[in-house]
Amino acid sequence: MDAKRAEHTVIIGAGQAGIQVADSLRAEGYPGAVTVLNDESAVPYQRPPLSKDYLSAAAEGTALPLRGPDFFESKNITLHSGRAVAVDTDARKVSLDGGTVLNYTHLVFATGAANRPLSCPGATFEGVHALRTLRDALNLQRALATAQRVVVIGAGFIGLEFAAAAHARGLEVTVLEFASRPMGRALSATASQWFAERHRTDGIDLRLNEGVASIERDEAGLVVISTTGRRYPADLVLYGVGVLPRTEVPQAAGVATDNGVLVDAALRTSVPGVLAVGDCASFPNVHTGTRTRLESVQNATDQGRHAARSIMGENSSYAQLPWFWSTQGALRLQIAGISEPTDEPVILGDPSSGKFSIALLRNGALAAVESVNSPADHIAARKLVGQNISVDPATLTHPSFSLKALAKTLIPVPS
Amino acid sequence: MPTITFAQSSGATTEITVAEGTSLMRAAVTNSVDGIVGECGGQGMCATCHVYVRPEFTDQLPELSDDEDEMLDCTTAERTDSSRLGCQIKMSPALMNIVVDVPADQV
Repeated sequence: MDAKRAEHTVIIGAGQAGIQVADSLRAEGYPGAVTVLNDESAVPYQRPPLSKDYLSAAAEGTALPLRGPDFFESKNITLHSGRAVAVDTDARKVSLDGGTVLNYTHLVFATGAANRPLSCPGATFEGVHALRTLRDALNLQRALATAQRVVVIGAGFIGLEFAAAAHARGLEVTVLEFASRPMGRALSATASQWFAERHRTDGIDLRLNEGVASIERDEAGLVVISTTGRRYPADLVLYGVGVLPRTEVPQAAGVATDNGVLVDAALRTSVPGVLAVGDCASFPNVHTGTRTRLESVQNATDQGRHAARSIMGENSSYAQLPWFWSTQGALRLQIAGISEPTDEPVILGDPSSGKFSIALLRNGALAAVESVNSPADHIAARKLVGQNISVDPATLTHPSFSLKALAKTLIPVPS
Repeated sequence: MPTITFAQSSGATTEITVAEGTSLMRAAVTNSVDGIVGECGGQGMCATCHVYVRPEFTDQLPELSDDEDEMLDCTTAERTDSSRLGCQIKMSPALMNIVVDVPADQV
């Protein structure tokens, strides 16, 4: 009993992943103390709405908390304001910026990711924004209220979500993307092209193969100069050019990292008693057969639950199917699984209706499904992808085919 | 201001008064109502804010969109005629004293 009583799990990071570890530890009956370190001044909140609903003119004014105010007290979880600056993995101690030192028996890195900085000249001018935290979103909300012309750098999820939100507020929006298609890292070429056309039809000036060279400032405001030499005057610039995992502290502590904190299938790092979850963790992905680092709510919460079970002594492999979503104006994109450039795309439904899915086949099996305004397809896909289900493209395109019906035939309905 | 009553399967109830326009999911999450998760932050993407709306209020609810309809097909607890997603119900004068039942499971 005494040994149990001394147990203390310290979780570095109070985002979706960190809070989930704490919640799941209690749900699993963890007997020790639980401390979550929060390096932001706001109480832990949900990030996904910040680039979507939160930026609309009719937004609900406050951030949505991850848990209610009495959650921490009622679950006996200590939410500690502060930033971890060093970890001594031999002595099992974490040092915080304020000088506090915490002893731990288990440590979880849930440090997330930081925005990749914009490196061109002029990147730090006032009016050039990034979006990650509630503070960033508040700044943007204020800037949007007076801006007319918006330039977005990077046509990834964040860039396009922001572009659609700004466009919906009646602003003039240009998006610069150095690659040949939007959301290229996450989407099949087929889906990517459909989104490019749709955003352009809706009135967003999406410019591909055109990156940012520099940002200048004159009396009228900012001017973004692209790699093709075009000049785009702007009142507000938002860049979303990817993220970098926050690995400084684990790296300095001798924990193995390589584009993220390296973890095994049970989410344990190279150092005993130390785990990592969420955006910062590079894990063996059974769905791709490679090491992966994913930035999504699903990955954060499912890994949070799994890490809690690992701390409780379970030795099982994390194998949850990755899924993602993005809301870009009226377009609701949902993805189940991870596609690869060589997958064979099969279109389900009619893309011109604005409601369809793309099935991606690998070696004849369903490897991923991208759905636009088709939640039923997405939910069915979450049951089907990863089950190594062989499908014939001719069957998929038959008018009577539906993923939902297929999911029902393959999975026994629990009684 | 509108009041929402969340009734748990245990019989316990929580009454919350909120500003008009607040969604039922947000009201539940910000007030630590058990059994409402709202994992996607109110985007209608996760179906973890499933509630059963008591029949006397169903006529006043906003119309069920196709998207919500499809998401309700994949709730963890059984879908019934009174199933809705809490994130899609914004409080209005018509729903002044709404009562909803919280399902036993969301995830």
